[in-house]
Amino acid sequence: MSPAAPLLEFQNLCFERNDLPLFEGIAGGVREGDILQISGANGAGKTTLLRVLTTALSPAAGSLCWRGRPLPRARTRYLTELAFLGHAPGLKLGLSPRENLRWLGGLFPQRHGAAETALAVLGLADWADAPCAQLSAGMLRRAALARLLLSGAALWILDEPLAAIDRDGVALVEQLFRAHLDSGGAIIFSSHQQLALPGVKYLELAA
Amino acid sequence: MPGPGAGFAALLRRDLLLAWRRRGEVANPLIFFAMITALIPLAVGPEPSLLARLAPGMVWIMALLGTLLAADTLFREDFLDGALEFLVLSPQPLWLLVLARVVAHWLVTGVPITLLSPLLAALLALPGSGLPALVAGLGLGTLAFSLLGAVGGALTVALGGGNVLRPLLVLPLYVPVLIFGTAAVARAAAGGESAGALALLGAITALALLVSPFAAAAALRVGIDG
Repeated sequence: MSPAAPLLEFQNLCFERNDLPLFEGIAGGVREGDILQISGANGAGKTTLLRVLTTALSPAAGSLCWRGRPLPRARTRYLTELAFLGHAPGLKLGLSPRENLRWLGGLFPQRHGAAETALAVLGLADWADAPCAQLSAGMLRRAALARLLLSGAALWILDEPLAAIDRDGVALVEQLFRAHLDSGGAIIFSSHQQLALPGVKYLELAA
Repeated sequence: MPGPGAGFAALLRRDLLLAWRRRGEVANPLIFFAMITALIPLAVGPEPSLLARLAPGMVWIMALLGTLLAADTLFREDFLDGALEFLVLSPQPLWLLVLARVVAHWLVTGVPITLLSPLLAALLALPGSGLPALVAGLGLGTLAFSLLGAVGGALTVALGGGNVLRPLLVLPLYVPVLIFGTAAVARAAAGGESAGALALLGAITALALLVSPFAAAAALRVGIDG
């Protein structure tokens, strides 16, 4: 493992659905401090590409490398350093944000005792113990984002992190992104919005 | 990095807490079964000999259907709200997380009906000598139902709700459990030896415990691609 190796690097990725290529020849990567935005029309395969990058889906062709090591093999190492937020927030509606963070803490590396601050930073201090079923879509998204603050993950892969988030929330997300990038992390995300962040790289998926 | 036990414990805790929050829903099938059992003597006649013959099969079928119905939600909810992706992308071994879901499912569906079964059996005039075999058999058998149901639930996780494929996949696997389970009770109730049938039931459960977490984990990795 050379120190110069990018965090995540992918080459010639191709994914097929019903034997038809959804996308092919996708290449790119992120180094420490990099932020990559996946854009493209609805149905262009943004979500699928992000899920391929997390290894939840296997590509029909192409390769992925984590810190210079080929991916299916380095998977466990990769997953301990990855924080993924999907299209759906992944929180149980019958549990409160705090309880959701607690069960997720059993599945992923999480900083101890930081749930309180993470929820407060995202403006959910008053809602930490309310069932998620009572939260609005934007608040649910904020609760899901709180997990990113707790995880010490190097790479964040986020599918539409700004969906349902209000204007203050977008500013907050930009702030979280900047802090993560400054501390040597990397971000890959999909969104139709432009973030006010310097140095965003783009990967456009053709429909 | 949390150890492998942490993921198991966190998921088990989560599921039990969720079940407790909607305990009314969880208790519904039990109340339904108690009603069926109360109605059978009225419908088929109150002769104890007839009811005692029916009892092992009736109680076992209710336990089977109760687990089968509940197995629908085993992975489906996690799939719909996105939590399943967290399970699949956790660095923890997926089979262990699957096992936590199964154990929680068993504690919420199989164990309550096992505890309720002596009451159901009494309503159906099952001789007392059949009770130990009934309770022991149901305890083991419902765990096997939950384990086998997980494989079916994992395979069909991305299919629409209410599909008939999953019961069709799983029912043939349930049949041996049902046969040995009812045989054990019937023999014990008739004053005979039930250890043989119970041992076979235990063997089936042990085999399911060894195989199905891995099979369900593999099926989930494939099935998550809707």
